[in-house]
Amino acid sequence: MEDGTRKSGDLWSGLALAALGFYIIIQASQWEYLGPDGPGAGFFPLWYGVVILGLSVLLIVSHLRRAHDRGNPTDWSRLGRALSTWFSLAVAVALFKPLGFVISFALLTYFIVAVMYRRPLATAALVAVASAAGFYLVFDLALSVPLPVGMLGF
Amino acid sequence: MEILAGLLNGFAVALEPANLFWCFVGVLLGTVVGILPGLGPPATIAMLLPLTFNMNPAGAIIMLAGIYYGAKYGGSTTSILMNVPGESASVVTCLDGYQMARKGRAGPALGIAAIASFVAGTVGVLGLMLVAPPIAKFALSFSSPEYFALMSLGLALVVLLAGRSIVKALLAALVGLWIASVGTDLFSSTSRFTFGQMELLSGIDFVVVAIGVFALAEVMVNMEAREETQLLPVPKGLRNLLPTLQDLKDCRFAFVNGSVIGFLVGALPGGGSTIASFLSYGLEKAVSPRREQFGTGVIEGVAAPEGANNSETGGALVPLLTLGIPGSGTTAILLAALVLWGFKPGPLFIPEHPALFWGLVASMYIGNVMLLILNLPLVPLFAQVLRMPVYLLYPLILGVSMVGVYSVSGSLFDLLLLMVFGLLGYLMRKLDYPSAPLILGLALGAGMERALRQSLMMSEGKLSILVSRPISAVMLSLAVLVLLIPMFGKLNAWRLRALEQG
Repeated sequence: MEDGTRKSGDLWSGLALAALGFYIIIQASQWEYLGPDGPGAGFFPLWYGVVILGLSVLLIVSHLRRAHDRGNPTDWSRLGRALSTWFSLAVAVALFKPLGFVISFALLTYFIVAVMYRRPLATAALVAVASAAGFYLVFDLALSVPLPVGMLGF
Repeated sequence: MEILAGLLNGFAVALEPANLFWCFVGVLLGTVVGILPGLGPPATIAMLLPLTFNMNPAGAIIMLAGIYYGAKYGGSTTSILMNVPGESASVVTCLDGYQMARKGRAGPALGIAAIASFVAGTVGVLGLMLVAPPIAKFALSFSSPEYFALMSLGLALVVLLAGRSIVKALLAALVGLWIASVGTDLFSSTSRFTFGQMELLSGIDFVVVAIGVFALAEVMVNMEAREETQLLPVPKGLRNLLPTLQDLKDCRFAFVNGSVIGFLVGALPGGGSTIASFLSYGLEKAVSPRREQFGTGVIEGVAAPEGANNSETGGALVPLLTLGIPGSGTTAILLAALVLWGFKPGPLFIPEHPALFWGLVASMYIGNVMLLILNLPLVPLFAQVLRMPVYLLYPLILGVSMVGVYSVSGSLFDLLLLMVFGLLGYLMRKLDYPSAPLILGLALGAGMERALRQSLMMSEGKLSILVSRPISAVMLSLAVLVLLIPMFGKLNAWRLRALEQG
């Protein structure tokens, strides 16, 4: 399960890192390399950019040399659950501006409990409201840690 | 005399009621975190770090260190009771600890784990107290070339022991260096890699990356499975937690072995408590007259690794506090914490901030006593933590992560960055890229670049300055040798064996 992801992942991550290395080299070459006062802003990034590019090419080549070894297939359902969690969190962050932390976090918790863990809707609602209220009481009121505020004022 | 006076001052700091309270909070949280599989000290410390910004630095570092070593006490509980290690450092404890539990000796196994942790943890702090001041004095002679070489060596060691693929570990470290470069260059005021975003001019906050890569990624990995792995049966009615006199006699060498190996491995960047625990288990087995019984429930098979993973903490703090070089993801976060509070760990840290250093040392003695008291009679109570449904735990972690990041800058942009680094951390885990080198590269990146550029300014651009000074030449040669290890068959086999065990 992990093997399949990792083996094709070596190729894609190698390509992404090669692109990053190339980008770093292009950017760094626009900045001063060595000036009268010593190394410039481009000196260090240029060197690690070159190494990133070199190592990622090595990763791609070593993947291609053992391309026949396919490993096990990726478990898309597990991957899907992890990415759903990430996506729901991203939506919650996007909602901070209009709805504020408390409501967005309650919605996120409701989604995780009701949809991801398939608990009864009443349980999910109770957990969502209690957690959001707990965060508001502990962080905003007791510890004076600021929480993102929405259009409703909390 | 100097050490004794420092320690007495340290106890005066650590025994202040507020600091005692934070020490207790730290070790308690650490124990809980250690018990919970899937939530580790780096993620917890990263999440809580922003909340310590308004605290007294002494109380804050005492609490964060308490989480660090407290987790190692807690990690043994699930290893012994359920064959599920709470922390990677407690994996080896499963071998004999779980077998002891199956034979009805769960109590003495838990008891010896707590006692060995206490003994070796205390020896580790003693080592830190005795070794750190002379190393700091020696490091006073270091200049920029030596610092660059030292950071390169530290990074190379972490890369060596971080993952099976050196190429991937190196790439992770280099990406960490790149993230550290984002923002305004302090030498020339050039803005670098900001993608035209004003918010990136001041750089990417360490906390955002650490929480994303550790906490968020950990939740994503754990949520891949729907089943609630935490809901495992906990044996009830644990009695006779104290080992017998014969048990203690059998563990004499294990206490010494765990203490010494743990401290030495801890002081080595990249070593870590997992390797320390495996090494001490291996040594214990090698010298034991009943080595063939190891793995069937031998009590010293629990004492040695549990001692080693606790003594490692003292060792790991030596390079962190005296040289400013962290050796693992967790100590990298502690370094960031100290920097954020306005301190500069390094040779001058002890002379400039004696109250903080000695306060931390003294608090670790106190914390170890607290942990012994907490872990002996209250183990059954702590085991109940495992009954907490995961659908309550994960939203809680996500919430604390978001609040932590937002509290640093009050910026929603940082929360977007958190999402990016959470996804990056998850992909790194799936694709077998270790996260510790990335965090270390990020923590050391700015310092490495500064040291390199200052060295070249000193030499008017000649790179030979790095190899013409004896200390930096030796350290850079070692760094190169370390990275060449995978090219030597036998040495690489040893490295891979150590990683597989870890």
